Amino acid sequence: MDNSTKKELEIFATKVRMGVIEGTYCAKAGHPGGSLSIADVLAYLYNGEMNIDPKNPDCADRDRFVLSKGHAAPALYAALALKGYFSTDELKTLRHKGALLQGHPDMKHIPGVDMSTGSLGQGISAACGMAISGKMAGKDYRVYTILGDGEIQEGQVWEAAMFAGFKKLDNLVAFVDFNNLQIDGRMTDVMSDLPIDEKFKAFNWNVININGNDLEEIENAYKMARECKGKPTCIIGKTVKGKGVSFMEDVCSWHGVAPNEEQYNDAMKELKATLESLEG
Amino acid sequence: MADVIKKATRDGYGEGLIELGKKYKDMIVMDADLAGATRTGKFKSAYPEQFIDCGIAEGNMMSIAAGIASTGRLVFASSFAMFAAGRAFEQVRNSIGYPHLPVKIGATHAGISVGEDGATHQCNEDIALMRTIPGMTIINPADAVEAKAAVIAAAEIDGPVYMRFGRFAVPVFNDESTYKFELGKAVKLNDGDDVTIVATGLMVNEAVKAAEILKQEGINADVLNIHTIKPLDEEAVIASAQKTGKVVTVEEHSVIGGLGSAVCDCLAEKCPVKVKKIGMNDEYGMSGSAAELLEHYGFSADNIIKTVKEIIK
Repeated sequence: MDNSTKKELEIFATKVRMGVIEGTYCAKAGHPGGSLSIADVLAYLYNGEMNIDPKNPDCADRDRFVLSKGHAAPALYAALALKGYFSTDELKTLRHKGALLQGHPDMKHIPGVDMSTGSLGQGISAACGMAISGKMAGKDYRVYTILGDGEIQEGQVWEAAMFAGFKKLDNLVAFVDFNNLQIDGRMTDVMSDLPIDEKFKAFNWNVININGNDLEEIENAYKMARECKGKPTCIIGKTVKGKGVSFMEDVCSWHGVAPNEEQYNDAMKELKATLESLEG
Repeated sequence: MADVIKKATRDGYGEGLIELGKKYKDMIVMDADLAGATRTGKFKSAYPEQFIDCGIAEGNMMSIAAGIASTGRLVFASSFAMFAAGRAFEQVRNSIGYPHLPVKIGATHAGISVGEDGATHQCNEDIALMRTIPGMTIINPADAVEAKAAVIAAAEIDGPVYMRFGRFAVPVFNDESTYKFELGKAVKLNDGDDVTIVATGLMVNEAVKAAEILKQEGINADVLNIHTIKPLDEEAVIASAQKTGKVVTVEEHSVIGGLGSAVCDCLAEKCPVKVKKIGMNDEYGMSGSAAELLEHYGFSADNIIKTVKEIIK
């Protein structure tokens, strides 16, 4: 990854984070922590990795994205708005009555959302459906999904993992946002699902462990996924929940709480400073 | 009645899928390790490349079906009613229902007539569960001919469909060469002014039998076959209720939440009349042959006759 690309993606990721803070602050609700942790991978996916066209969101041959951890919708919405699927003004009415942006992704109404998600564990199965349908049709689109490390406690995730591995869905890439925090505490205290990599390997997946907040590692992992034939790929991204807003980083209580006005101002000040330093 | 052919509605499901396969070259049929029993096995043999066995993972199957449907393909997901509507309820609700994806759910082995497998497999709750999902079409055919026609019709419905089929062979009373399935339309099988019998599934044939016997005793029953439980043909139900003033509902399902409840919901608001519901009371079934259990729990022409006599007293 050259420096200018890296900088572009870092700027995009920072803007996604600003969108997350804006959206959850305006909504007075939502899930900032797990949204901030996936801003980097979304920046990579939406700027080069995925074959998509915001002007033609329903194109049959497009790559698909399923946010299996649907509660990180604020990050997805911010990325979609930045790509032009809808106006960034929509982020200000996230979760408002009658607004476009529902609390969790809604494919019926929101351009760019390929699957309605929010009930954990179901998104990866839907992604399997998209992937196998593409394979059966001889299409070469790829399917991307992001799961939470708490989410994979759901049994359905492993039913889907078994399906994708057995069906050799090498057009499917799952990213596990391994931030080790869930609502009730540290994942490793609540109900450890470690080792994540060995579990996916056992289901015949190509597994790559990376720093999920490092854009170069993210790029390398997705490139390796493209090279891998006959197996789906699982990228386990070690991330920091709340990444980019120092007082939210690795703090469990920021899972599902919106910032108040003071916190909003502090977070935006920090993110704006990050943006300014990137934009030089 | 000597030459009456008996066939399970699940056979109509299997035949309907084969028929659809000729027209929809990219359709997919899914199952969860029950292909022989659900009769999707015939489709699997005819179109092996378009068949996906998900293994014993019904929730996963429903969400995968949603993903397939989102790519524009016709897809059928099959299992026993207990697992399709019961175990996978939330996947059906959130992955299929909420985005209104046109997944067609083929649920076989519904009701008490599952027989020997006993209470764990006798699903008397599926209609109730599926009725609560906004936008879900629910079809419960009365014989194998109607089942096959309903499956073919379901392919054209722009939205999710729950189709309920039985394991037990029941009389085929519709003529395949002339039968036309009209979604959401009640089928009037007997005309009468004294009482309305609203029936669905394998109880439709019992209702017709009951009406014939009642006629000999001077009681004339309107008999409606409700193959589409949702959306309910309210117009037909109300018209008959207005005429007779007394309604008996009959279904091989719990009296809670099924056809009887749907009819009561409609009539209580729009045409309050006396109603009696025949169905599985608030209890679990047990093992036994289908015929024995149907008799034991009152799924018979005799019980319909008895109930009609009570309501017209």
